[in-house]
Amino acid sequence: MADCNETLAEIWRFFDDQLSDAARADIESHLGECTDCLQAFDFYAELKTVVAKSVRDDTIPESLRIKIFECFGDVLAEDDDPELTSGS
Amino acid sequence: MADQNAFAREAMQYAPQLYSTALRMTHNAQDAEDLVQETYLRAYRAFAGFEEGTNLRAWLFRIMTNAYINMYRKKQRQVKEEEYGEIEDLFLYRRLRWFDTDAVADSAESEMLALFPEDAVRDALDELPEEYRVPVLLADVQGFSYKEIAEMLDIKMGTVMSRLHRGRTRLQLALYDHAKARGIVRESSDNLETP
Repeated sequence: MADCNETLAEIWRFFDDQLSDAARADIESHLGECTDCLQAFDFYAELKTVVAKSVRDDTIPESLRIKIFECFGDVLAEDDDPELTSGS
Repeated sequence: MADQNAFAREAMQYAPQLYSTALRMTHNAQDAEDLVQETYLRAYRAFAGFEEGTNLRAWLFRIMTNAYINMYRKKQRQVKEEEYGEIEDLFLYRRLRWFDTDAVADSAESEMLALFPEDAVRDALDELPEEYRVPVLLADVQGFSYKEIAEMLDIKMGTVMSRLHRGRTRLQLALYDHAKARGIVRESSDNLETP
């Protein structure tokens, strides 16, 4: 089984899903028995969540929504324009 | 995808993710709007080349990172790593656990948010050099894999990994400095920096 140093060295590969199944299972079994390492992993899992939430936003400005729709209309119009499509 | 309208509708659902990422890329609401608009323009024009089964979300982010590089990337100063030295992986954890074990031991999200409120995290992200900030945004906020990020930024997987590593450790350093500046971390907990 992995020791504390080996476990902590893999913390980001663990979060990034870059470990083989065997390596992952090895880390998980260590975390099951070592509260110190588990605490460190929990800390970074929470930090990752906090970082993600600080950036995520489910809204966009209305002005942008309108611009995106206009882009779509413009591109459809380009497609319908024989002069533009014949050249491509 | 056969239907251009269906494609547009499906693409539209990713606008908030693209916009929030664009804001942190450009640091400017107007530039972020322009970047997202340009992304959709390019996406709609490339509709014919979009293959069924491609991950639309990753495809849109790839278009946006390309547009960003074309439109906004200034001639960037190469980051000199020796200015910062090597920062250990667990920099923040090792410093915080000594000063206030309650806050770290019970690392529930509310505790973490009390230590690092959203505006402090955004500031810390904004301070990262662009070459580290963008991979961190793509991996830790948007959850893309190393492979997807490598394709988006047209860099090798190993480069993605090293930039992510540097970005994450420097983010920890910046968060620590913010916590210190706000008086949440006492200076006395600095004793680890100069052993």
